[in-house]
Amino acid sequence: MPLPYSELVMEHFRHPHNVGRIEDADARAIEGSPACGDMVAVYLKVDPETQRITDIKFESYGCASNIATGSIITELAKGKTLEEARQITWKQASDALGGLPPIKAHCSVLAVDGLRAAIENYEERHGLVKEREPTTVEFVRRRLKHVMNPVTGLDVVRTKLVQEIEVADGVVRVVIDLPADHQFANNIRDEIVEKLGHRWDVKQVNVVFTE
Amino acid sequence: MLEKFVYLDNAAATRLDERVLEAMTPYFFDLYAVATSQFGYSLGVDARDALDDARARVAAALGAKPEEFIFTSGDTESSNLALKGVALALGEKKGRHIIISPIEDFPVLHSARALEKQGFRVTYARVDETGRVDLDHLRDAIAPETILISIQVANQEIGTLQDVQAIGEIAREKGVLFHTDATHSFTRVPLNVQEVPVDLVTVSAHTIHGPKGIGGLYVREGTPIRKWMDGGFQEFDLRPGVENIPGAVGFAKAVELVTPEETARLQGLRDRLIERLLQVPHSRLNGHPVYRLPQNANISFRFVEGESLLLHLDMRGFAVSTGSACFSRSLEASHVILGIGGDHERAHGSVRFTFGRFNQESDVDAAAQAVAEVVEELRQISPLGKE
Repeated sequence: MPLPYSELVMEHFRHPHNVGRIEDADARAIEGSPACGDMVAVYLKVDPETQRITDIKFESYGCASNIATGSIITELAKGKTLEEARQITWKQASDALGGLPPIKAHCSVLAVDGLRAAIENYEERHGLVKEREPTTVEFVRRRLKHVMNPVTGLDVVRTKLVQEIEVADGVVRVVIDLPADHQFANNIRDEIVEKLGHRWDVKQVNVVFTE
Repeated sequence: MLEKFVYLDNAAATRLDERVLEAMTPYFFDLYAVATSQFGYSLGVDARDALDDARARVAAALGAKPEEFIFTSGDTESSNLALKGVALALGEKKGRHIIISPIEDFPVLHSARALEKQGFRVTYARVDETGRVDLDHLRDAIAPETILISIQVANQEIGTLQDVQAIGEIAREKGVLFHTDATHSFTRVPLNVQEVPVDLVTVSAHTIHGPKGIGGLYVREGTPIRKWMDGGFQEFDLRPGVENIPGAVGFAKAVELVTPEETARLQGLRDRLIERLLQVPHSRLNGHPVYRLPQNANISFRFVEGESLLLHLDMRGFAVSTGSACFSRSLEASHVILGIGGDHERAHGSVRFTFGRFNQESDVDAAAQAVAEVVEELRQISPLGKE
């Protein structure tokens, strides 16, 4: 079949591992992308002594790459400590799947974000977090590393699409070096708003495109 | 490839009918000369005769005169010629305003956007939740500088039919040209230019079991239009380039092979599928229940994503299409579903089924069952719709 997906991706899509819900989970998180519409829910059971993930499950409302990444990321995280699991990157997930098409990066990065969000959820519930982190230029840059450039499958920071970041009085302004009528302009804008718009100290997110 | 593949994406492309190929074959091997003027060599004159004959036959299906029909490479080129050609002819003379619907297919939508960049104003006529254009809003949108209304006969995704008679009458009354994209309705839904006041009509062979790469534009006699592609003087000096004579001959044959009986049969398949699929929980029909293309069904299933659904159906041997953002080349959800007031979720789980000559009743039953099963499987792993 002339699909852009590898055999491994299709295998995980057809028969995803660790699918379902843990009813008495120690932590859970749902990450969603209004831009593409995909959603991933991640559920964790954690050994409080060792901080190891003893069980993990996911649910997906998404495309094949989203489902396959949910499957592989839960496999990778199982048995790891929270600290180790937090280090798992989209690149590792993609490699473990034999590569994902660049245009699908943003659907699959959701599963990675879902895992991290579930770990944060655990830390919050168990009093392991420090102060709420304020939204700074550095923070914005870090978040933007999770916004994928569908042309290359790499994030918008690494591909130098982010020209400028400003944070002032709760207003975040991001200048993206693409024309406003670029094929993926709307998609990238929605993703950026979604990554930052819900922050406790952010009132507004403006994404500006260069001409 | 599976032994038996059920193809339900006939809006995208259709399988060529053998009889069409048979009609075309001589024009590849024997009568391959370029269509010359009547003073040319005989091989070229024969080619010219074949082209004229094909033109007359396709034009007749629209009730048009042969000299009112221009062959193009397909509906994309036809609609580009209609919008940009009229803009070239009237932009300076009359005005720079055009009206389209927000759910037009890309050739019209993106031609309008290209004109917008050149300083034209584009109004998007309001559509209701079934996709039908609000005729009062359309009438009110017409200004003295309006040069063209372009509204399709039938929608490419949700199959909604527009009242082109009424739209044409409004355009005529206000002295505005009217173009309609009939790519998906041509020969399936009657359109006679003697009765409908329309000035330009886009058609294509690829949707009716004809070859890809040939289409046409009806241009009512006297319509102000200029060519926008430069070259020779072919096609009444509106479309330069060596004529695609095998394509034109194939197009004419394809037109003649479509019968009202066949269209009624496809409508039966459509209705059977819609009835079966609406029994799936949390499903809804997109588009109009009555004013609907006979060969189109479009259903949204909540809590599942279209690309996953499509791939699972592909593994079971069914070809369909979806309006999900994940499936689109721009990662944007269907502008048609959003345009009729649907949300991203509805576009996400929308599936289009389009029938053609080679589909059977057994295909409908098999597809309905496969879709119901796959939807159920995907809902099992979805975080939504469980509480």
